[in-house]
Amino acid sequence: MAFAAFATAEAQPQAPKKKSRIALFLLLPGILYLVLFFLTPLISLVLTSLQAPSEFGDIGVYEYAFNWQNYVAVVESYLPHILRSFGYALAATVFALLFSYPLAYFIGVKARRWPLLQSLMLVLVIAPFFISFLLRTLAWKQLLSDESFVITSLKALSLMGPDDHFTGTPFAVIFGLTYNFIPFMTLPLYSALERLDTRYLEAGSDLYANPFTVFRKITVPLSMPGIVAGTLLTFIPAAGDYINASRDFLGGPDTQMMGNVIEANFLVLQNYPAAAALSIILMAVILVIVGIYVKRSGTEDLL
Amino acid sequence: MAVRKFAESGADLELVGIQKRFPGFTAIEELNLTIPAGSFFALLGPSGCGKTTTLRLVAGLEEPTNGRILIGGKDVTGTKSHQRPVNTVFQSYALFPHMTIIENVAFGLKRRRIGDAVAKAHEALRLVELDHLAQRKPQQLSGGQQQRVALARAIVNRPALLLLDEPLGALDLKLRRQMQLELKTIQEEVGLTFLHVTHDQEEAMTMADTVAVMNKGAIEQMGAPEVLYELPRTSFVANFLGQSNLFTGRVVDTTSAAITVAAGGQHITVPLSRAQRHQGEITVGVRPEKVTLHVDAPTDTSDRNVLGPGRIIDVSFSGVSTQYIVDIPGAGAVVVFAQNIGSGPVAGVDSEVWLSWAIDHGFGLDDVPSETGRFPADDSTSSIAAQRREDLVSELEEN
Repeated sequence: MAFAAFATAEAQPQAPKKKSRIALFLLLPGILYLVLFFLTPLISLVLTSLQAPSEFGDIGVYEYAFNWQNYVAVVESYLPHILRSFGYALAATVFALLFSYPLAYFIGVKARRWPLLQSLMLVLVIAPFFISFLLRTLAWKQLLSDESFVITSLKALSLMGPDDHFTGTPFAVIFGLTYNFIPFMTLPLYSALERLDTRYLEAGSDLYANPFTVFRKITVPLSMPGIVAGTLLTFIPAAGDYINASRDFLGGPDTQMMGNVIEANFLVLQNYPAAAALSIILMAVILVIVGIYVKRSGTEDLL
Repeated sequence: MAVRKFAESGADLELVGIQKRFPGFTAIEELNLTIPAGSFFALLGPSGCGKTTTLRLVAGLEEPTNGRILIGGKDVTGTKSHQRPVNTVFQSYALFPHMTIIENVAFGLKRRRIGDAVAKAHEALRLVELDHLAQRKPQQLSGGQQQRVALARAIVNRPALLLLDEPLGALDLKLRRQMQLELKTIQEEVGLTFLHVTHDQEEAMTMADTVAVMNKGAIEQMGAPEVLYELPRTSFVANFLGQSNLFTGRVVDTTSAAITVAAGGQHITVPLSRAQRHQGEITVGVRPEKVTLHVDAPTDTSDRNVLGPGRIIDVSFSGVSTQYIVDIPGAGAVVVFAQNIGSGPVAGVDSEVWLSWAIDHGFGLDDVPSETGRFPADDSTSSIAAQRREDLVSELEEN
């Protein structure tokens, strides 16, 4: 995992050479679980995505085929949603990183002298997990709705126009995504920064690097495993998120993401092949993006 | 911005009235120190004496509570560490783990935008004979190699002042010797000012031109290693820098050349010029290797102090020499180092012996014995325990 990112090849322990049947036996439940609940649905999803509508059937009745045009069709009709998904996820990841890095740095480095403060702040970062994120997102909808104190005050101060809204805008969706994924960004960053040896920073400063250069050349590279882990934990689920962008929560008709169209196709339009094709596109694009990202950031050990 | 060219030569370092307080304790009481350009200066002291704090103050990693720091005559007290023409070889080496060796060494040069950084870094690596490992990562190197890289990373910048924080602490004896020699050679070659902090008295004495012995946040004595060893001024220095036999007594006789002290029934004479104080209760001492062991009462006693008879309570053989501990009634335990010129120890435990040494070899300390007490000899746990108890008792009585 992230902790091994800087270990050298030699430092890694040798795998035991002897083949052990016990090891295989112990792996069996995990393998069975994965086959049953991961591999089977995945194959089923691929097959569904290639289905064609049955010729004389009702709406929502499909038969197995090799209808690859499904993919072309969904890309043609949902390209804006696909782009929006990755755009929003990227924006949320960047904002969460900008917000979480100083926070994690403070908890992990500056607060070392006060262990009590450190634990307290960590608990505060984790505390939102004690409440369902549906409830928290709904609460934000209430807090930021047109009738809410915040919005009416902003309108009274003419900071918002009389016809402006907050909920239903792309900004609200990105806000919700950022808010919901901050703990996922902060915790890996904290675990990387908590082990940051400040003697390296002193050495950098001793070697004529100003504070900004020390941060750029030493702190950031040394916390890279945390940055990569945090951004992946934020970007991947954010790209597929359908709660924040949903009309029932912070989104509106113009903010629908891939998750929302998959949901609509599957549950409302009963267009199962389209939903499956979209899911597979989402998965494939994330896989490619993450692959390139991890390769570029030089932390292959994370995979 | 940092200085963009190399220092022409080493610079003077001047500490004026430096005081450093941390919440709860004072690391440095008051420190005044001038280190002339081009010298190899060692700060020697036990852990917790404030020597590393002094180094960090000079490097700019700590700020003094009071006082000023001048490098080459320029006041740098208010400047940050990256603006000072100073480099440090850290005790932990602190090599950046995410960079290769060559990147590590070139780091300082690149920050100062000095041309040909990589070529100069290779040159520095050749100096420490590690150029062939330039593309490795620090954790692929052994401790000794890392230490040499840390040294190369510091000296490649040609700082006016190079700070060494116990850089040889983690090395084994053989490598340590080799590094000591290399350091000394490099210092002579490049002519930098070196400030070396260590608790190893041997390291300090072999390498430095000037040694300052620090204790409890203040400098006890400063001088050339030979002077410090021959004429320690305080019992702390006498025992921290090598071993000493110390005797406390009242001055009973003073001539124009020497004073005589009565210590527990034994009379010990010290040259006037080698004694710091000449009256009242004083402490005198002699180094163990200067003491001669006699199995018969010595006959020629002119110009020599003679103690005895006493009993040997311990003999330990260490190859080159044998250490005897002799109990002299009234004067306490006296340590004698005898070179093994013959074969093996000349006397066993419990044999009756006499001790003598040339009057010229004795020294008198500046301490007021009643105030400082005898420094506990660190070879005997029982004496330390006894000393601790005495300290506690006297502390209780004071309250």
